[in-house]
Amino acid sequence: MAGREAGPASSATYRPEGLVDDPYGGPTTAEQPTLPRLGARGTLRWVWRQLTSMRVALMLLMLLAVVAVPGSVLPQRPQDPAGVARYIAESPTLGTWLDRLGFFDVYASAWFSAVYLLLFVSLVGCILPRLRVHVRALRARPPRTPRRLDRFPVHDELVTTATPAEVAAAVRRTLVGPVRALPRFRTHAGTEPSGALTVAAERGYLRESGNILFHLALVGILVSVATGQLLHHRGQVILVEGRTFANTVTDYDTFEAGTAFDASSLTPFTLTLDEFTAEFTADADAKPRDFAADVTVAEPGREPRDATIKVNHPLSVDGSKIYLQGNGYAPDVVVRDAAGEIAFAGAVPFLPEDPQYRSRGVIKVPDVSTGEQIGIVGYLLPTALVTADGARSVYPQPDNPLLVLTVWSGDLGLDEGVPQNVYELDTARMTQAVEDDGTATTFFVEAGQTVELPDGLGSLTWDGLPRFVALDLRHDPALTWILVFAVAALVGLAISLFTPRRRLWVRVGVAPAGAHGAPGDDAPGDGDTARARTVVAGAALARGDDMGLDGELARVMDAIRALDGRRDDEPG
Amino acid sequence: MSLGELSTILVWGATTAYAVALVAFATDLARLADHAAASARQRGAELASTAGGSTAVLERTDAAVAPERRRAVGIAMSTATLGLLLHVVGTVLRGLAAGRVPWANMYEFTLVGTLVAVATFLALCRWRDLRFLGTIVLGLSVLALGLALAAFYVPADAVEPALQSYWLVIHVSIATIATGLFTVSFALSSLQLLKDSWEQASPRLHHPRWQVLGSLPSTRDLEAISFRINAVGFVLWTFTVMAGAIWAEHAWGRYWGWDPKEVWSFVVWVVYAAYLHARTTRGWSGRRAAWFVLVGYATVLFNFTGVNLLLNGKHSYDGIPEG
Repeated sequence: MAGREAGPASSATYRPEGLVDDPYGGPTTAEQPTLPRLGARGTLRWVWRQLTSMRVALMLLMLLAVVAVPGSVLPQRPQDPAGVARYIAESPTLGTWLDRLGFFDVYASAWFSAVYLLLFVSLVGCILPRLRVHVRALRARPPRTPRRLDRFPVHDELVTTATPAEVAAAVRRTLVGPVRALPRFRTHAGTEPSGALTVAAERGYLRESGNILFHLALVGILVSVATGQLLHHRGQVILVEGRTFANTVTDYDTFEAGTAFDASSLTPFTLTLDEFTAEFTADADAKPRDFAADVTVAEPGREPRDATIKVNHPLSVDGSKIYLQGNGYAPDVVVRDAAGEIAFAGAVPFLPEDPQYRSRGVIKVPDVSTGEQIGIVGYLLPTALVTADGARSVYPQPDNPLLVLTVWSGDLGLDEGVPQNVYELDTARMTQAVEDDGTATTFFVEAGQTVELPDGLGSLTWDGLPRFVALDLRHDPALTWILVFAVAALVGLAISLFTPRRRLWVRVGVAPAGAHGAPGDDAPGDGDTARARTVVAGAALARGDDMGLDGELARVMDAIRALDGRRDDEPG
Repeated sequence: MSLGELSTILVWGATTAYAVALVAFATDLARLADHAAASARQRGAELASTAGGSTAVLERTDAAVAPERRRAVGIAMSTATLGLLLHVVGTVLRGLAAGRVPWANMYEFTLVGTLVAVATFLALCRWRDLRFLGTIVLGLSVLALGLALAAFYVPADAVEPALQSYWLVIHVSIATIATGLFTVSFALSSLQLLKDSWEQASPRLHHPRWQVLGSLPSTRDLEAISFRINAVGFVLWTFTVMAGAIWAEHAWGRYWGWDPKEVWSFVVWVVYAAYLHARTTRGWSGRRAAWFVLVGYATVLFNFTGVNLLLNGKHSYDGIPEG
């Protein structure tokens, strides 16, 4: 995806691959050769070239940003199926068309997938040739020393009394740095036909390495995510205090898995919810402050252990994580039918609908010994406030719990084998108990109370108010790999953006003995003409804007100057 | 007076100081423009007298000399520094009042985001003379802080369980710092575009006051500095998205769920990635690449405001009670 201008750079016109040194430089002359007919293979090759070109990658990136947006504006089926249904109900024509075109599941739609898959093909098609070029560059020696070093914007010259061989050695020593195994610069010493010694050096190979690492890591992330989709499984369960569930597909309320998931791979551990505690601020807003589920986990062949699941602190069991996703109340009720037989007994989860935990629930009583089946619908108010306007909850803790219920009788529709939502009552073949004026009969139940159901249907006893938690178990074996590739991408990106790429050349020649007026302030005094002078020229070149380039060359030149000083110190 | 109230007063103080600095920066720019226009007129007159009646044209040159004394900019820099001090203390007190890091709702995101923008700007000024950026950076900061105080403000308080995580410290702080950096690079790229248009004699920038653009660094330098800041911002943003995914995996049980905030963070990332690629593509570097920075910053702003306030998602941590 990065620049395709890669290629062996000639020494004189060095341009690191992909670099536009001067964005305000003149336009390059576009070549317009007359093209022969392409043919099928030629066309394919042309398409491939286009696809892997930087320009098309850029277009695809822009397109990717655009096609991602609708998913944030329209309701999406995986996250909000109810919102989608509402949207289609409100504007049927537009909604149906949007649905057909995949706008309600953008990130699985053909067009969104097409864009990112093309982008990844483009990325691979671009990065693999660059990888080849880079591997070759890693083995190649730094580019030859250009003929004229004074043409470079960053260049310097000096004259020293050290011998050319000493100078060349000092230059290499400085460039390589203290650790020979990890040289700062790669260097190459040469001798020109004129007898001048040269040192060519290059650093910043990591820049391209980082770039390639980043792009390959992105491919790694994509492959890991896809693998995770195949192998993952996920189950949700609502668990009431005191109850236990087993990690088997049938024990979950909902369960979904990738196509490569094997149900027998589930470890049959059990998990019991011992207690759930919730804390809220004491003011009327009742903002949640802490949720904690104390559980006991029993894995086969191991001692049961206690654990706490909190938001942000999932529990790890056997390579899976169990998350606390929700909580609420599950009134423990006993329903007796008209004959006084116990027709239903148990805790029924009521789902909270507002911050004060006004919760809605349905008690289905199919197993009556006599008469019609019973359906009880209504609200739980943890801290009830009953006024003339109605009843509402004013605080989420169970300070004054109240059940507000209405009753239906008839056929619950459970016997047809069609799966039903446990939180909804199918009232198609049921009739509601009503007052004389036709309004639904509403009755209040306080904790511990028993009330008679209207129309002689039976009675309901409210025994207790345990809490429930909504747990979410997830297993995705690819998570580790996604993390590894993400970290690799981040490291590669930082390296590629912040590693300076520099080339540096030094030419060491010998000025004719006795010659005067050699450049440089460091020339020894005139009385020293008998000794040959060594003329050193250096230049440095960087990729892009590089603040440290002058300093890099100065360090080398200073190291050469230091040779002079050392010589002066030597006893004559 | 509680710590939280003291913090709010200090933030008001900082906003006022920034507003004063903004006026001073603008005055300085106006002075520079007057001076540039005057010297251009003078040169034009010289040109007219030598060329004998040819129409005097405003010369577009980088050599518009700055006036010798720029008192306004001195006042601007010291007021901005004072504002930054108040801003830092106000932010720290806010954190102390809430008993946590001070970036957990929109008011606080804005507080820290503008803090980073102003601090980055003042730090850059020590490195190069970028004081001309003051008008844009402080203008945006005053606007954002005013909006935060007027519309986003919520009293300092502890946070809900979903936010009780050390990732709040890491993920949100880095996101906010990245936003501050993107603000500065946005200012630079805007000026780069303006100056480029001016150099190409755009008729809309014909007025002598635009001569001030001549005293700015070259478009090439503006581009280079903008890129350096964007490069840091992009790496930090990449980290933000990844840290966010890790946190989402901890808190919500999935690392990526196309929540509106995730979608827009992704869009921001892709736009800045496109910018980095445009920079190295022939025919797209320079002006076109700079436009990416503008579009990118627009997505950053939308991700921060629009997603929190307009779209319904798991990231609705503005803390503003629903009407």
